[in-house]
Amino acid sequence: MTDISVLEGMLNTLCPMHVILSKTGHIEHAGPALNKLLPQDNLIGMRFLELLQVKRPNIGPSMEDLRGTGGMKLHLKLRCPPCTEMKGVLVPLPEDAGFGPPGGAVVNLSFGISVIDAVRDFSLTSADFAATDLTVEMLYLVEAKSAAMAESHKLNMRLQGAKIAAEEQAFTDTLTGLKNRRAMDHIMERLVQSEQDFALMNLDLDFFKAVNDNMGHAAGDHVLQHVARLMVDEIRGNDTVIRTGGDEFVLIFNNLSDRKILAEIAGRLIAKLEHPIPFNGQECKISASIGSTLSCDYKSPDIDRMMQDADVALYAAKDRGRGCHVIYDVGLWHIGQGEQTC
Amino acid sequence: MHGLINRIIERFVRDTYGRNVWAGIMQELDLGFTEFEPMLTYENELTVQLLDLIAVRLDKPLPDVLEDIGTYLVSHPNVKAVRRLLRFSGENFVEFLHSLDDLPARTKLAVSDLILPSLELREHGPNFYSVVIGAAPGGICGFGHVVTGLLRTMADDYGALVYLDYKGQRDGMEIVEVRLLETAFAEGRDFVLGARAG
Repeated sequence: MTDISVLEGMLNTLCPMHVILSKTGHIEHAGPALNKLLPQDNLIGMRFLELLQVKRPNIGPSMEDLRGTGGMKLHLKLRCPPCTEMKGVLVPLPEDAGFGPPGGAVVNLSFGISVIDAVRDFSLTSADFAATDLTVEMLYLVEAKSAAMAESHKLNMRLQGAKIAAEEQAFTDTLTGLKNRRAMDHIMERLVQSEQDFALMNLDLDFFKAVNDNMGHAAGDHVLQHVARLMVDEIRGNDTVIRTGGDEFVLIFNNLSDRKILAEIAGRLIAKLEHPIPFNGQECKISASIGSTLSCDYKSPDIDRMMQDADVALYAAKDRGRGCHVIYDVGLWHIGQGEQTC
Repeated sequence: MHGLINRIIERFVRDTYGRNVWAGIMQELDLGFTEFEPMLTYENELTVQLLDLIAVRLDKPLPDVLEDIGTYLVSHPNVKAVRRLLRFSGENFVEFLHSLDDLPARTKLAVSDLILPSLELREHGPNFYSVVIGAAPGGICGFGHVVTGLLRTMADDYGALVYLDYKGQRDGMEIVEVRLLETAFAEGRDFVLGARAG
């Protein structure tokens, strides 16, 4: 009997989560850490395979089968909730009396990767692990890395926010808040890739130079801001207004292939832009010329070509006096015809 | 200097003395930003300037400020992760003292580019120790004061009663004497291995 108590004492220190099994596979002794899983009284006398299911390797239900796994890595699962997954290794004890229960076995258990939940589920403390066990160091590392990752994540979020703000600024005209020329290239590229119909409108303000010259730049800026608001109000949510230059704008209408609707929009825009704009007790009077083109008029829409054609239409519109809209037509290259609304 | 150190100094000032004090300090430093990023690196000189300015603004000797930072580091709820990570080093205060030698390595394991001065525990007799603090990287002086504040607060945390004495600096090394009067003087604060990190 002295022998067994020496063995138990050694094992309690070296591997606090061990069990000593009798020849019949019943638990004769359990290491102190196992008390956290089940009270000692319940453990002693319990069949090992009733406490834990051997998931791998696949073995039969007898103690002989269990002893046969000696030295192998056992994948185990607690049969009672919370059904924790465990790892284990078994050492068969000699058949003759002398060292532990004859024909029995020693099984050392550990939590493996489930240890993070297990310390919480079973309120484990560092006393439940052998002094040489690295589990507490691992828990430290998990917590330290999570804290470091959280800080890293916060930094990434802040950088991401700054990046979005910088991009927004780079693609936005600061005076009007409209998209700028740089943004236009991206939008056009997306448009062509989407293979959907769209209409392009080149819009130049008429008499804007006179406002700037006679009433000053403040009045000019005011007019541009007013005009920008007005155009944004006139378009639908997924359409775009771009300020490409001083008093030059490009409007893009998604899914638009109807010349009549395009002409109506242009007519409305011009009418609204011709309303006098009050500034410091005076009135700024402007108008707009518009040249437009529709992607559905092309076999394969090419952005550069369409922009060029919209420009031709715009010059045709200007030719006819101010406040006109012309939709591009191939004849415009020669004689300055085309559908128009003045 | 690692941004985490500047960030801790910042948190200490903000959590203890308020945002306005911090804003005033950053305004005077005129760096073009108001908060330190814990995951970036800053010039060492900046940390020295920052600490000197804080001492002036708070009208306190620098060693006292440093010791307060050590206390803050392991007691304020806003930085509770630090205290938890330190408690992983030992079951009781003596074990904690014995683990101090590992502290720079432990820190490196968590944040690989955070380099702390070396720490060495010397045992002179029963319950009589000294902690030798090596030269701080970047020529920051007075890390020993931070250690003093930290040890005092960790002793409270473990419920131990200690007497600490900062013995000063020699050859770039600082020495803090630790006399352990009682290991289980008070209850100490709770520590659970499996608690969620805050």
